[in-house]
Amino acid sequence: MTMEQKASNKKKVKVIKIDLDKCNGCRACEVICSAFHANPKYSSNNPARSRIRVYFDPLKNKYVPVYAGEYTPAECMGRDKYIINGKEYDECGFCRASCPSRDLFKEPDSGLPLKCDMCEDDPPQEEPLCVKWCLVDALTYEEREEEGEEEVKPEDVEIGLNALVDKYGLDKVVDTVARMTQKD
Amino acid sequence: MRYAETGYNLEVDLSTGNIERVESDPKMTELFIGGLGTNSKILWDRVPPEVEPFSPDNILIFSTGLLCGTPAPGANRTIVSTFSPQTNLMAYSMMGGFWAPELKYAGYDKVIIRGKSPKLVYLLITNDKVELRDATHLKGKGTLETATLIKEELNDPKVQVASIGLAGENRVFFASIEQGRSSASRLGIGGVMGDKGLKAIAVRGKRDVNIARPAEFIKYCNDILEYIKFRANNPIKGVPPILATLGSPQEMALHDEEWHTTSFSWGHARFRRKDFWTPEIAERWTKIQDSTVERLISCYNCPMRCGGIIIHPMLNRFMMKCYSKLTYLMAAVSDDLGFAFKITGLAQEYGVDGFTTPQVMAFAIELYEAGILTDSDMPDFPKSNEDRFFYLLDKIVRREGIGDVLADGVYWAARKIGRGAEQYDHNTTRKHEQMVIKLGMLNPLYYLMYGTGEKGNITQIEGQIPQAPLPEDTKEEFVKDWIHPPKEWAEEFKQFILEWGRGENVFPFYPPISTICKLVEWQEMMHYIDDSTGVCAGLSSFPIKPPYHIHNYPLIISAGTGLDIDDEGLYRMAKRNRNLLRAINIRRGLKRQDEKPPQDHWKKRFPEYEEKLQDEYYKFKGWDKNGVPTKETLKDLGLDYIAEDLEKRGIYDNGTESK
Ligand code: SF4
Ligand code: SF4
Ligand code: SF4
Repeated sequence: MTMEQKASNKKKVKVIKIDLDKCNGCRACEVICSAFHANPKYSSNNPARSRIRVYFDPLKNKYVPVYAGEYTPAECMGRDKYIINGKEYDECGFCRASCPSRDLFKEPDSGLPLKCDMCEDDPPQEEPLCVKWCLVDALTYEEREEEGEEEVKPEDVEIGLNALVDKYGLDKVVDTVARMTQKD
Repeated sequence: MRYAETGYNLEVDLSTGNIERVESDPKMTELFIGGLGTNSKILWDRVPPEVEPFSPDNILIFSTGLLCGTPAPGANRTIVSTFSPQTNLMAYSMMGGFWAPELKYAGYDKVIIRGKSPKLVYLLITNDKVELRDATHLKGKGTLETATLIKEELNDPKVQVASIGLAGENRVFFASIEQGRSSASRLGIGGVMGDKGLKAIAVRGKRDVNIARPAEFIKYCNDILEYIKFRANNPIKGVPPILATLGSPQEMALHDEEWHTTSFSWGHARFRRKDFWTPEIAERWTKIQDSTVERLISCYNCPMRCGGIIIHPMLNRFMMKCYSKLTYLMAAVSDDLGFAFKITGLAQEYGVDGFTTPQVMAFAIELYEAGILTDSDMPDFPKSNEDRFFYLLDKIVRREGIGDVLADGVYWAARKIGRGAEQYDHNTTRKHEQMVIKLGMLNPLYYLMYGTGEKGNITQIEGQIPQAPLPEDTKEEFVKDWIHPPKEWAEEFKQFILEWGRGENVFPFYPPISTICKLVEWQEMMHYIDDSTGVCAGLSSFPIKPPYHIHNYPLIISAGTGLDIDDEGLYRMAKRNRNLLRAINIRRGLKRQDEKPPQDHWKKRFPEYEEKLQDEYYKFKGWDKNGVPTKETLKDLGLDYIAEDLEKRGIYDNGTESK
């Protein structure tokens, strides 16, 4: 089974293909993603901060690497189930959202949402690092030229603030920011 | 801040239920690296030699290696150390999988367990929260079953669980600790865990592991991955397929089992079947394996996929790897690969060692056939070997009837049964079941490795050297990029590879003893480094031309920890660990005469030459004639306190000179 994760960037579409059958559950992708996003780069690693997570259950032979997608303030109303090759998957199992129903794709201490940024770097990386570290080709990378809408990407800070606003309300966040600025 | 390691250990006293988080001394890392090294130091300091393995004063340590949890590929070993009920010597067993990195992310380097719990418990570690939980509902449950139940209880699939089964609870001398696809199985550490009333340790962590010099460190990691890719496309030429690649022997992926089935012996290490591997067997086994191994799986942060998910019509899914595919089958002299998968699955749920258990059962069958054990010992003993294995396995893990005797392993069982049963104990060294070797000519390297390996387990000391002379037309190519040996011995080792097998240059009197010593020393030292860093031997000390070696290891460790270590420095640390471990066992009574490989490993033996080998090797190691590290050796390594302790105990004036 193959799924795709895309990020449109002007006209270039970056595609990571995910082959669930090839995944061996090693979590190297989680290791390198979290190391890359550490500050300074590679100064620490912690799979709980990774923007890709591998859900796996060997006793049911289920292996699903999932990329962190958009932050959502509210969880879905209903849930679906997928049956693939006789195995039942919860819909959430494939979902990329940083969602209040679970602690996936959130910074472990602050709870701020995480999102895959395709390893944005200067100079740019040759390929996403999770792909590079997945030696068994469960993750592969393609770039496609495509006519497409230009995406307006909210900044990380904005996504983070939105999450805080959802959690605590706008007033509280504004208050806190004001208080913090006074302290300095 | 501490780098690569967390700097904290958990101290758990099961008798009182007391749990403490204790900062460790960074000096210990500089001296003993971590993992096996620091475990040994703790056991030396805290467990006096008279403490019995099944005593509340015995300590059971679950340790990460220094590099576990960092991005270093394949650094995932959990190093479990304690004292063995079977040998009464130090037991250390490693397991791969996911447990050790998770412990690091929870914020700990080691879990140090002492005492005995009045009732069955499991330990739950989630970051700062550490608690002992009731495990009465898990009593008698299988190892995987236990892990599944705990994960459900905690509602977290990423919890990592190391657990024992029925065998561990019943203190079987070869009970294992299992962790999904991996197990720490040698020398009965599962029995010690059971004796302590500890059913499992479950870990979940969400903290950072820090790196001292990040850019440098990640570059070395990338180099390792590049080399793994290179080796995948360049298998070693001139060796059997199973030895040509990296990782643990790839027995879940490979179908060709000619090498194991024809070179090693069947039954209770009795006879070889040199023409076993026929096209029909190959075809039949391929079919069975392809319908049984559902997916190839890896340990944490490693691409090698040494494990397989196994489906069997009569069992729940389970995972296995490596040579256990053949140990039960060959011991039972069965041709049915399906039997092998089935019994391995069962044995894993019970939690027993896949190396020792088959031999104990084959030994029992021999005794039965010789009339030493009878129907009164084994009521309703089945007819076929396969069925007998299921029968015996069940009795052993429950310690029921004859199983109670067999559960102590071949050595002790033979002595308990008596009536000539001792004669059938022919494949143990240091009371421990050895690899099933039955060869012609004495192999001087393996003679020393079987005899002197501190763990008494060949796979924990051998590696990196082809098992037979390479074909002439591959030799030059082999040495060309053989960058792995230590600098000062590189030329000598290359010469050995080139000349070995030519004319007179054959075992046992080739190569010269001085070269033999160095070859053995090098193989062993790389294991000691792996066992302290937590890097899988499958990427380092075990296969030929591995990605980790004595030249890049110091760079990786230095960049990771911020220490400044070079080749010599690291070698010295490994040597310190080696001597510390030896001293622990010497203090517990290990003697020169214990260091003899089984008599019938090789048909052609040379008693005088063998004594000389041992003498020279001891000398080379800085040990006296009794195998005791000399005071000079110990002092040179900064282990003066050990020299003093051995002195005080009168170990040096044991009739022979110490120098
Ligand atoms: S690195 Fe590849 S094989 Fe490993 S867990 Fe991630 S996707 Fe699966
Ligand atoms: S593409 Fe980069 S940011 Fe996205 S999950 Fe992979 S490693 Fe992480
Ligand atoms: S080489 Fe094999 S056994 Fe070793 S860590 Fe990798 S997958 Fe595990």
